[in-house]
Amino acid sequence: MVDLAVLAPLDWVDERTGAVRGTKWFLFRNVPRDISWAQTLGFGTLIAFAVQTLTGAILAMYYKPASEIDPTTGKPLAYASIEHITNDLTLGWLVRGMHRWGASVFVILLFMHMARVFLFGAYKYPRELLWITGVLILAMGMLMGFTGYLLPWDQTAYWATVVGINLNGTAPFAGPWLSQFLAGGAEIGSDTLAKWYALHMLLIPGALIALIGIHLYLVARLGITSPPWSDEAAGRERPVRKPTGARAGLVRPGSGSK
Amino acid sequence: MSINGPDTPHSPGPSLWPIGFAIGIACLLLGLVISWVIAAIGAVLAIVFGILWALDVTRDVRGHVPAITPETRAAAAQAEAEVEAPEEPLPAYTRSRFLEASLIGLSAGMGAVLTLPVLGFMVLPSFTNIDEDEVDLGPLDNFPEGEYVIATYLSKPEQGEVSRRTAFVRNNGSSEAGEPSFTILYSRCVHLGCPVQPNGPIDEDAIKKIKNVELRPVLAQSFGCPCHGGQYNAEGNRTAGPPVRSLDRYSFSIRNGKLILGELYAVGNVSGTGANATIAKYPWSVPGTHVDGLESWLYPIVPSQVTG
Repeated sequence: MVDLAVLAPLDWVDERTGAVRGTKWFLFRNVPRDISWAQTLGFGTLIAFAVQTLTGAILAMYYKPASEIDPTTGKPLAYASIEHITNDLTLGWLVRGMHRWGASVFVILLFMHMARVFLFGAYKYPRELLWITGVLILAMGMLMGFTGYLLPWDQTAYWATVVGINLNGTAPFAGPWLSQFLAGGAEIGSDTLAKWYALHMLLIPGALIALIGIHLYLVARLGITSPPWSDEAAGRERPVRKPTGARAGLVRPGSGSK
Repeated sequence: MSINGPDTPHSPGPSLWPIGFAIGIACLLLGLVISWVIAAIGAVLAIVFGILWALDVTRDVRGHVPAITPETRAAAAQAEAEVEAPEEPLPAYTRSRFLEASLIGLSAGMGAVLTLPVLGFMVLPSFTNIDEDEVDLGPLDNFPEGEYVIATYLSKPEQGEVSRRTAFVRNNGSSEAGEPSFTILYSRCVHLGCPVQPNGPIDEDAIKKIKNVELRPVLAQSFGCPCHGGQYNAEGNRTAGPPVRSLDRYSFSIRNGKLILGELYAVGNVSGTGANATIAKYPWSVPGTHVDGLESWLYPIVPSQVTG
């Protein structure tokens, strides 16, 4: 019965996609015996990011990224929509609170995860690219915080962003250009809020999701490091290959040097 | 096949071209600070030597150019003799190689056609058509001599409050040349852009409204920024705190007895006061960027120099 209802369809799918084998490859890994809670920080960061993604997508259903003043309330549309989410809509206060506080949780977990990797020496061979993608994820996470802070469009958000944009403007050579790009003109204008919303909602999360995908793939491929005090070998067993041996066939023989 | 296996590292032979390339780059960077001509010469040097370098480095990969021996009669005679000898297969640029290269080239071209306008649309609107209109502050007698008046207005009324700007206007009377003189400071702090406030009481009862402009007299001969404590004197010179230059100023004109605000410019330092002040004027730039001194070399070209 189980065979027919569950296993047979799984086999059918796996035969055509390799999805079951892929899931097993991803999840059923050996980990060192002496790992601890410290190694769960990365997954915690992932969960925090998932919460941000979900709550953010739903907040976007009610938020209006417009600086224009609503003539009936006399308030900017963006600020009024935040007030509406927080005060009027059922459970809006909760979801906005999750997104707002979750942003800090995400960044704090990012740093704790980074500290664990650094102190355990888990960035060393063969995990250098894990560290580098992690640094890019950190940069994207900070950009998410920077762009998201403007969206409530209150005095704190506005002036913090003015200062943030002008801080970028003091970078040598490219700074003034970067700040004018971020502000959408010589100073913050009516297009700035929508631009930052698009950055916060679409461009940066897109990059972040791609980077997290690469990061996770590398984690699954290389396995988890043993702690520095461990006697056990770390990570997944790797087939011994000649360095660059995998390159054969990438460029057709005889096409380059003869 | 080459003598070396595919995995044996090999380095290209020594080459002098990188030196020319480095000189070109140095010349380009120097030119960015000094003059466009030198920058252009540097760019040309860098490109030419860069190409020569690339050609040098990739010679092995691109394959050897067959050495052509000059034709002689003896060689021609020899060639006739060799006709019967079996020909060695020539290194061929095969049809599939050609198709591969054209496909990659075509795809890259199509990709560029699709993405470049989109990227341009992302970046360019921040730098084009951003001129702000002139602002009419009304008749000159709104501005008593020697006292500051706060003028606030919407630089783009259709955009609403986000375009609100504040200027501190002081009528200096007449200069030595007999021309009217105004000191008009822009309220944006030249540290990091917060709103600079006058250090003195504002006379809210004496407010005047002229179309989009509100004028409030203020008893202040200095200004301070609430964010990080920058302080400026009545001429806009920094007296304390982190600002890196003097407050930005408006250029102005007087038409039909009315004061008109023009473009903004950055100020290095002001010596003297009021109508007799000497103002070091520079292209308008972002807060926090130096316009004079050694540090200004870090900002050789600012957007206002290109977009006007």
